[in-house]
Amino acid sequence: MSDRRNLFNKVWDLHDVRTLANGQTQLFIGLHLIHEVTSPQAFEILRDRNLKVAYPAQTIATVDHIVPTTDQSRPFLDGLAEKMMSAIERNCDEFGVTLLDLKDGRQGIVHVVGPEQGLTQPGMTIVCGDSHTSTHGAFGSIAIGIGTSNVAQVLATQTMFLSRPKVRRIVVNGELAPGVYAKDVILHIIQQLGVQGGVGYAYEYCGTTIDAMSIEERMTVCNMSIEGGARCGYVNPDEKTVEYLRGRPSVATGDEFERAAAWWLTLASGDDAEFDDEVVYNAADIEPTVTWGITPAQSVGVSQPLPNVSDCDASEQTLIKEALEFMGLAEGEPVKGTQIDVAFIGSCTNSRMSDLREAARIVAGHKVADNVKAIVVPGSQLVREQAMQEGLHEVFEAAGFEWREAGCSMCLAMNPDKLQGREVCASSSNRNFKGRQGSPTGRTLLMSPAMVAAAAIEGKVADIREFAGAAV
Amino acid sequence: MTNEVKSVSGACIPLMLDDIDTDRIIPARYLRCVTFDGLGEHAFEDDRKQDPNHPFNHTKFSGASVLVAGRNFGCGSSREHAPQSLMRWGIKAVLAESFAEIFFGNCCSLGVAAVTASRDDLDKLAAAIEADPTLEVVVSLEDLKATAGDLSIPVAMPDSAREALITGEWDYLGQLLSAASAVKEHAATVPYLNAFST
Repeated sequence: MSDRRNLFNKVWDLHDVRTLANGQTQLFIGLHLIHEVTSPQAFEILRDRNLKVAYPAQTIATVDHIVPTTDQSRPFLDGLAEKMMSAIERNCDEFGVTLLDLKDGRQGIVHVVGPEQGLTQPGMTIVCGDSHTSTHGAFGSIAIGIGTSNVAQVLATQTMFLSRPKVRRIVVNGELAPGVYAKDVILHIIQQLGVQGGVGYAYEYCGTTIDAMSIEERMTVCNMSIEGGARCGYVNPDEKTVEYLRGRPSVATGDEFERAAAWWLTLASGDDAEFDDEVVYNAADIEPTVTWGITPAQSVGVSQPLPNVSDCDASEQTLIKEALEFMGLAEGEPVKGTQIDVAFIGSCTNSRMSDLREAARIVAGHKVADNVKAIVVPGSQLVREQAMQEGLHEVFEAAGFEWREAGCSMCLAMNPDKLQGREVCASSSNRNFKGRQGSPTGRTLLMSPAMVAAAAIEGKVADIREFAGAAV
Repeated sequence: MTNEVKSVSGACIPLMLDDIDTDRIIPARYLRCVTFDGLGEHAFEDDRKQDPNHPFNHTKFSGASVLVAGRNFGCGSSREHAPQSLMRWGIKAVLAESFAEIFFGNCCSLGVAAVTASRDDLDKLAAAIEADPTLEVVVSLEDLKATAGDLSIPVAMPDSAREALITGEWDYLGQLLSAASAVKEHAATVPYLNAFST
């Protein structure tokens, strides 16, 4: 009889150490990624209780949230950031955890580094004290964001308690139109299902659109599962997954790799796999998508107007009014043409080579509009190096973008990269919450890196499909 | 046992908005720290500065221990700093229409009772508090009820979290550690830890 379990349940069962009477599973964690913001208090808990890191080989750290993207000399100008950096250095040293720091050459956003190093593999359970851990699901793993108390638990035991979620299959079929990217697919899904539609679910993304995506594009989709309320999202491993991983530093070689690859492919949900829910979307219905509000579900296709409050569900109206007021936008107006002050290309959603190549292709030969500050922040030191080998930094700089060092940067503005006052930012990141980009009154419009590039050139939200020279 | 949380009682603070994210609860700049000390004073800091009428600005609510909120409370970032800041501000229970999952889990880790109720009931409760901010609310995890004056509303919480709070066993680290040998045995069965030969 065939195994009708979906990938999520196969991987979950493989890691189930024990299930308590109350339904909570003590789940074994295959990979624990650490960064400087959510780990210091966890290491303190270990110190207080005189505990060690149980499985240091399954634990790896990098630094991303607070790192400056211009002057990285130590000590950092920001004394608080310096203190956090010193803390993770001391903690990793004392507890025997490998730290990919600024001198290492492999440092970067934790969700870029894990896949890049081949640490992230199909069939694993992966946790990190960061909600965008869902990114790693692109490989067919169970990858979830956790809080600091959980970080301490996983450090000390390599396990944590979790309740098994339901699994919703999200099928996207068809070919994406030119100018429509993975970012638009996930923004569309969130718009359709809402920011809490995924609570209690893991999302399996499948269908011909997802099949056709590169691994990097799948990471973009899985990354924003959490914006849809789902703690975890994944794509079934296939030959692309195998080829992406082949030869990466932390991946097995030789016969062991062949055994690994064979096993990875067995994990995929079969055609008759069972799900708790299913929704189906058509790629043809997805436009380049832009958020206009203060939640990632408040988005429209770039050719569409903002909603009229009175047309919306009564339960949504208060939030929509609050959003329009905060954003300084009017109901019913087109989103296209909205003036921007800042353009940010980066974040764990969209800072990989394919993102930078596409954005560079758009800006090549153009100039950033007057009064727009535009920055590119590569996802990792290795992405940065590769981009520079390809000359992308020269393309960006010639257009008037600043070319920065790797880190989280203006996605959440824990480093010096922040919006000022009520600036409007066209951003390839994942959250448009009030104050997210460092100014309490700053405003964020989420979109694909290509759309950010076009907005930077035009000085306002533009439709990439009409952008001169984009030739999409 | 002192860790038991069978009920939470005290004054209430109403914040009947939806999709309150953890960036709003504690702006990211306050995450530049290596302890959770002092986070309480920064709860909702940016919202408070922009809205003089924000409930967290009102002295009439300053002693509250129960927060009443809308749908999808605590969405966004996994930062435990968010429930930490609320807890350090004085909140011991959050009553909302629904919670984001990571926030809910973080509340459990801290012994903060995160319980849900229907929107109608929450609106009634919020109105009663607005009318009389001194009203004492009792959130009983044993009876799954919240009472305030004449008002009594049903509340809900997943069994595992409720049981942990009532029995005081919400500090999960000890329970996880007790299974260390089973964990070790389990690790020997995981293919990727064993050269894909298991």
